[in-house]
Amino acid sequence: MIGRRTFLHTSALAAAGLVIGFDLGRDPADAQPPPPASGVWTPNAFLRIGADDTVTIIAKHIEFGQGSHTGLATIVAEELDADWSQVRVEAAPADVDRYNNLLWGRMQGTGGSTSIANSWQQLRQAGATARAMLIAAAARTWNVPDGEITVERGVLSHAATGRRATFGELAAVAATLPAPSSVRLKDPKDFRLIGRRGPRVDSRVKTDGSAIFTMDVQQPDMLTAVIARPPRFGARLKTFDGSAALWVKGVTDVVAVPAGVAVLARNFWAARKGREALRLQWDESRAERRGSPELVAAYRALARRPGRPARREGNPGRAIAGAARVLEAVYEFPYLAHAPMEPIDCAIHLTRDGCEVWAGSQVPTLDQQAVARILGLPPAKVRVHTLLAGGSFGRRATADSDVAAEAASIVKAIGGRQPVKLVWTREDDIRGGRYRPLYVHRLRAGLDAAGQIVGWEHRIVGQSIIGGTPYAPLFIKNGIDSTSVEGASTLPYAIPNLGVELHTTDVGVPVLWWRSVGSSHTAFSTETFLDELAHAAGRDPVAVRRALLGRHPRHRAVLELAAQASGWGAPLAAGRARGVAVHESFGSVVAQVAEVSLGADGLPRVHRVVCAVDCGIAINPDVIHAQMEGGIGYGLGAALWSEITLQAGRVQQSNFHDYRPLRIDEMPAIEVHVVPSAQAPSGVGEPSVPPIAPAVANALFHLTGQRVRRLPFARLAADGARA
Amino acid sequence: MVTLRVNGVSRVVDVEADTPLLWALRDALHLTGTKYGCGVAQCGACTVHLDGQAVRSCVTPATAAQGRDVVTIEGVSGRVAQAVQDAWRRLDVVQCGYCQSGQIMSAVALLAEVPRPSDADIDAGMTGNVCRCATYVRIRAAIHEAARTLGGAG
Repeated sequence: MIGRRTFLHTSALAAAGLVIGFDLGRDPADAQPPPPASGVWTPNAFLRIGADDTVTIIAKHIEFGQGSHTGLATIVAEELDADWSQVRVEAAPADVDRYNNLLWGRMQGTGGSTSIANSWQQLRQAGATARAMLIAAAARTWNVPDGEITVERGVLSHAATGRRATFGELAAVAATLPAPSSVRLKDPKDFRLIGRRGPRVDSRVKTDGSAIFTMDVQQPDMLTAVIARPPRFGARLKTFDGSAALWVKGVTDVVAVPAGVAVLARNFWAARKGREALRLQWDESRAERRGSPELVAAYRALARRPGRPARREGNPGRAIAGAARVLEAVYEFPYLAHAPMEPIDCAIHLTRDGCEVWAGSQVPTLDQQAVARILGLPPAKVRVHTLLAGGSFGRRATADSDVAAEAASIVKAIGGRQPVKLVWTREDDIRGGRYRPLYVHRLRAGLDAAGQIVGWEHRIVGQSIIGGTPYAPLFIKNGIDSTSVEGASTLPYAIPNLGVELHTTDVGVPVLWWRSVGSSHTAFSTETFLDELAHAAGRDPVAVRRALLGRHPRHRAVLELAAQASGWGAPLAAGRARGVAVHESFGSVVAQVAEVSLGADGLPRVHRVVCAVDCGIAINPDVIHAQMEGGIGYGLGAALWSEITLQAGRVQQSNFHDYRPLRIDEMPAIEVHVVPSAQAPSGVGEPSVPPIAPAVANALFHLTGQRVRRLPFARLAADGARA
Repeated sequence: MVTLRVNGVSRVVDVEADTPLLWALRDALHLTGTKYGCGVAQCGACTVHLDGQAVRSCVTPATAAQGRDVVTIEGVSGRVAQAVQDAWRRLDVVQCGYCQSGQIMSAVALLAEVPRPSDADIDAGMTGNVCRCATYVRIRAAIHEAARTLGGAG
């Protein structure tokens, strides 16, 4: 989501030279290699080598399922020539200087599918530098030239003398040597780990119950806290009576905090029962009281009026007015909750001289600063332990560090007496806002007599995710929040007259990025509307896309690969149809062909999805396959079932029975093809999400003759397709 | 006080009578491999074995487990469990991993009952276990793989 183009440009230059200066940060502690402490050598901020040959890679990015720990470790181990079996991964502490996301400035963060992309050169250099120092150590120890030493799978060798030594054996000598000012990176043809399937580093702990998530943090005397939150967004606490709650056995405290009223107890069950016993009065004078139907009606009215231009080429209005045929469609997209499996949570402990925080946060340094502010501590006194997170999909990346701030306010309210673990229940999560915004899109396009698209006009109406956050200067230009229009304003098709406009609305429902952000809605409207135009022109949807993608060879390549692998055009079993979609997000391009039938309930049954992805150099193809599979499932679940609706400002859903996730019997077979590439790697965590819903909708059209204008598909049965 | 036999060991647990088994395991016995996901038996993250049957511990009162054998992910063992965990690792099923204790406990119970499950059997046996990372393709493949290895050995 940040500066992909700039970054790719820079890294392309770097790749051309392959010899780069190396500076891991401004921490003076790093300027001199520290002496080995208890047999451990720390050549730089990303790597430790133990006398026992253990290679520990320090991951500055959170692991929440996307495989970042495995991918980051693969890059370091590749340049180091370590053996995969000796590699371990440890989460980095919060540190804006050493562990910042290179695409985000002075902020440590995981998001926008940037983990591998921003770490690629940095970690290659980290590994290559340590390797060079190990070689120098061997050369000095054996009194032979550097150039005669080879490194393979964690062992250095000198062929002429038959000498061999492991990393651990040479670590103590390497630690006394200066780091080289520049290093030579491997030629990709010599990669031994990159491009091959290395097993995930976290499979074992996640299959025997020993993986520790924030929910699992235990500290002596730790209390569990739950918060009673207002019934409508924007309401404030007027009065509360916690006396009945305090009678619940195990409840220790009832305290007012900015988010509501926190109930603390010796265990979760008591805290929850205590919360139910609270008597609360809310001031709702400034609360958002509109419901989803009112918002949709207001948005549809706005969509009829010109908005602020996000992109304009030629004169779309005139081209459409003069077209032989004009098509128009209005789309509705609901609020969506992220609903990660691990409900959001944060543990905190006020110590004598600072504070410890345990969280699976996407933005640990923002949390560090928020906690420091609330507790009146310097940020350096807030020690953040980043743990594995049980999913997030964007929810654990809030600009105001909502969860860490709540935890800090609670521990402050009890005077830091005991450590506290704040837990959101599933109901809190589903009702707690921070949703993917509700949007309405209006698309109009004109076809000439030959069926060519001569004009395209796309209006988007919805809340800004970025407005009011510190990211605003980065993402909002000329009043356009790029995350509202991405995927639409970046439409790759060669259409001579093209306009994209935005109406940004003001609604009191807190919103947030949701896996694939703007592309979670723009891919649907653009890819289904283009399909509709192809059909109106009597042309094949793949052929139309191919013809319009002349300037986008990566799009064309994935489209052709997916079409060919899916047997596009070949006959299917009776009652089945194929639909296609292609979309770029976060620097990666994905095409999907979905094979669909119509279920007895009138909803699509997706049998098979063929997916082609171009994400640059494939660090670990199996992780890429997993992300394509998972993103398709996540996107399909949302498209089939998920919507958060408001009635008079109150959220109507509460748990997985009415905010329905995808289940195993709805998961299609998935076939993934990764396009070979020599380009720097881009992300895979999000780009597989956008194409699935439009691919399914396009297939469904062939079965029913109806176009889907409103998500989720479950609405089809309820109120039919609307134009 | 509730007396529970968990992973073969008898434990006296100081919890209120209405406490679900899930919170007795997690908060009192510190067995955190069993997860809280929804609290209403909708997601399966809390799945444990009660006398060999997969149950949702978030809606099973701890008192209902007295006098019965409770097995959690930390203690699950035997040929079937080993085959399932091995298959999960070989195929790198996990992503975020939070639901996987429950997935594995359900898969072990399924295979104990249906040694060679069809896709439909897997759908029926696993549909109560939600994975928001949607690792379902690999869960299905790993169950088939575990069934194959068990069949081969027997």
